[in-house]
Amino acid sequence: MTARPIKNSIFKGAVIVFSLIAITPILLIIYELVRKGYKQINISFFTEVAPSTWDAMMANNNGELIPGGILNGITGTLLMVFVASIIAIPIGLITGIYLYENAGKRYANVIRSISDILQGSPSIVIGIIGYFWVVKYITNGFSALAGSVALAIMMLPLIIRSTEETLKMIPQTIKEAGLALGVPYHKIIMRVLIPTSFSGLVTGILLALSRVIGETAPLLITALGSPMVNFNLDKPASAVPLLIWEFYNDPNMVNLIWSSSLFLVVFILTMNLISKKIAPKKN
Amino acid sequence: MNSENITKNILFVTSLIILLISIGMVITLVSGSIPIFKEFGFQFIYSTEWDPTAGRENYGALPVIVGTLITSFLALIICLPLAFSTSLFIAEYYKGSIISKIIGTLIDLLAGIPSIVYGLWGFYVLRPFIVQLGLSEQGYGIFTSSLVLAIMIIPYATSLSTEIISLVPNHLKEAAYSLGATRLEVIFNVTVPAARSGIIASYILAFGRAIGETMAVTMLIGNRNAIPHSIFDIGNTMASVIANQFGEAEGLKLSALIAIGLLLFLITAIINYLGKLVIKQFS
Amino acid sequence: MNSSIIEIKKPIISIQNLSVSYEKGKNAVNKVTADIKKNSITAIMGPSGCGKSTLLRAINRMHELYPNIKTEGKILLNDQDISRLSLIDLRRKVGMVFQHPNPFPSMSIYDNVISGYKLNGIRQKKSKRDDIVEKSLQDVALWSEVKDSLFKKGNFLSGGQQQRLCIARALAFEPDVILLDEPTSALDPIATSKIEELLVKLKKDYTIVMVTHNMAQAARISDQSIFMYLGDLIEYGKTKVMFTNPSDKRTEEYLTGKFG
Ligand SMILES: Nc1ncnc2c1ncn2[C@@H]1O[C@H](COP(=O)(O)OP(=O)(O)OP(=O)(O)O)[C@@H](O)[C@H]1O
Ligand SMILES: [Mg+2]
Repeated sequence: MTARPIKNSIFKGAVIVFSLIAITPILLIIYELVRKGYKQINISFFTEVAPSTWDAMMANNNGELIPGGILNGITGTLLMVFVASIIAIPIGLITGIYLYENAGKRYANVIRSISDILQGSPSIVIGIIGYFWVVKYITNGFSALAGSVALAIMMLPLIIRSTEETLKMIPQTIKEAGLALGVPYHKIIMRVLIPTSFSGLVTGILLALSRVIGETAPLLITALGSPMVNFNLDKPASAVPLLIWEFYNDPNMVNLIWSSSLFLVVFILTMNLISKKIAPKKN
Repeated sequence: MNSENITKNILFVTSLIILLISIGMVITLVSGSIPIFKEFGFQFIYSTEWDPTAGRENYGALPVIVGTLITSFLALIICLPLAFSTSLFIAEYYKGSIISKIIGTLIDLLAGIPSIVYGLWGFYVLRPFIVQLGLSEQGYGIFTSSLVLAIMIIPYATSLSTEIISLVPNHLKEAAYSLGATRLEVIFNVTVPAARSGIIASYILAFGRAIGETMAVTMLIGNRNAIPHSIFDIGNTMASVIANQFGEAEGLKLSALIAIGLLLFLITAIINYLGKLVIKQFS
Repeated sequence: MNSSIIEIKKPIISIQNLSVSYEKGKNAVNKVTADIKKNSITAIMGPSGCGKSTLLRAINRMHELYPNIKTEGKILLNDQDISRLSLIDLRRKVGMVFQHPNPFPSMSIYDNVISGYKLNGIRQKKSKRDDIVEKSLQDVALWSEVKDSLFKKGNFLSGGQQQRLCIARALAFEPDVILLDEPTSALDPIATSKIEELLVKLKKDYTIVMVTHNMAQAARISDQSIFMYLGDLIEYGKTKVMFTNPSDKRTEEYLTGKFG
């Protein structure tokens, strides 16, 4: 009979040990990023474009910090994420509202399933789509627009589902109160549904943004990357993760890898934390 | 038309967009794959030869399919004890405590780290460690990739199962405690059976994530299109072969990569659909 | 001893100065002392939130599942301090039935009845198990209704049947004491009267402690009654005496429906 309490304690011990193992990697990763990355973060890191291999090599040989920064990456990320948001946010919100209003109907279930499948499909596949739809037929070459479209397709299902889930949390009575007053449908959406669930909607959008900001693979075959700051949608553009990939492939740039990664991770995690903070509490 | 109908139509028409996107995706992928299937038929799927040399071109997807399945399975197996323990830690042993909140937040942070940063960490931190352990000469390969993948999917395997475990009603557990069961016995006889589908679904969805993961694997797997001989061998996955070779591919090779993209899309779609089915069974 | 508390000779359970608090400085049960008579039904009554469930759950140390709940005082079971008993032994001797029927949804009816043995890893011959299941289900008058679907999950049963199944689950372990927390409040009148009949029958072999909101029920089936108010034990006596001649004003007001 005493074997049972012993087993019980052993299992609890194992649970604790494994849980601690599970949280170790994130601590190690952040530690590594900070330790190796903080040195390169200074004003020029944000105000200058990525250096040439040559400049980086010279700096390394002289034991100096690598000159230049990641301005082209930051602007490229901002541009593509901005355009992707313009495409994905309205469509995502409206489709989410549609699903909420028509919950249970067959067509809505189809849309919901498609959205789930799209959400689970690998980003590289969506990159291929961006390549064929935009690079080949619209911009005739790698372009910021192609990157934006790929990111938008990735954001869409995230926004759709978070919108629907958020709206479901609104008590039915609130909507009915509006309907009972004879308020027209679009006004109920604009004046009741959206304001009531505003923080939840913003949370969903922020999470979708933070999910795509770190994407590399789809951009690699759509936006390609660019050594310059570029706001022209039909020209190639860089992005912070694309720069990291370039730095990784260039032995002279090793030191910049860590600072760019640190910057990217801090940016994404901050967005995550903000969205968690403003998220409506479930009860 | 009155405003009521206009609103309804706008909602409906917008909801068509995601439907069109996914239909378009399938059409694009299928039409892009036609050349390779015309040339090799279904041999494309089970051939192990990957040779782009003009004149004796041959493309077989089996090595990357096998590579994908092995890395993802191994990742899931490594991830399982960690994710399961973490779920129990948060939703059972230390439910509602501050330490659980901290662990939950740290696990969530894992989901925010971009794939490329995992790749860097794997390359610069994990790989040398694997070499030191003498597991493989260069530190690249299936095992290293799986290890990093396992870390990457922990948050996906943990979050849903944690939520479902914490939803298991207290009165059920109390019924078992009142019969003298120990916590371990309650967990395995009451809590886990009650939460079973949710737990299984979260592992299925995590597996789907692992299958589509691109950058980190690309940086660690060694990128050799041959069937690996052991888990410490190098290999390739579907997503990484696309990421690596799409840029300079044309003709048959491009078609082969698109076909791999199509397969990848179908596999992840099926896995995600399975996951959703299992969840439905729960509710 | 307080005049409004009866004396029980050779009690099976003896609650001594028991206090339980969910939050610091606020006792949900406040210094309660009471002895429970063997082979009888003791009802615990009082307005909502007065601490009935809290008191009941202290008897099988259910509160220990929740680290923030503090318990003071002593409870003796057959003159043994329950805090000295292993949880496993204590809960074998003290069974519990909850307000809402809660058969294990993942188990068949058969497995539910035998779950105490299963959960405790006690192995038995198949024939012995069959006997236990049959006898327990007979005891709760459920046997004839479910004997053809023993290996189905119990979720097709009515609420009353489910609750009887839960009682059978507690009985299967042959405890000395059965604790019931409003066992009929989720049931219709017919199911309720079946359970009441059952409890009266069971007191021959078991000691029953039952929380109830239903004064008529307490009057019908209990031998002793405890009346609680705001965590305090106000009055404890023979049910007949208490219902006809309560000694405390608050008891009288509650029994006459002035509050509750
Ligand atoms: N889990 C808990 N956390 C905090 N306070 C609690 C908890 N459970 C009960 N309480 C408080 O303890 C007091 C007694 O609760 P208890 O459940 O014992 O009352 P009760 O007499 O069984 O009521 P009811 O008739 O409604 O079931 C109440 O004030 C209640 O609010
Ligand atoms: Mg109660």
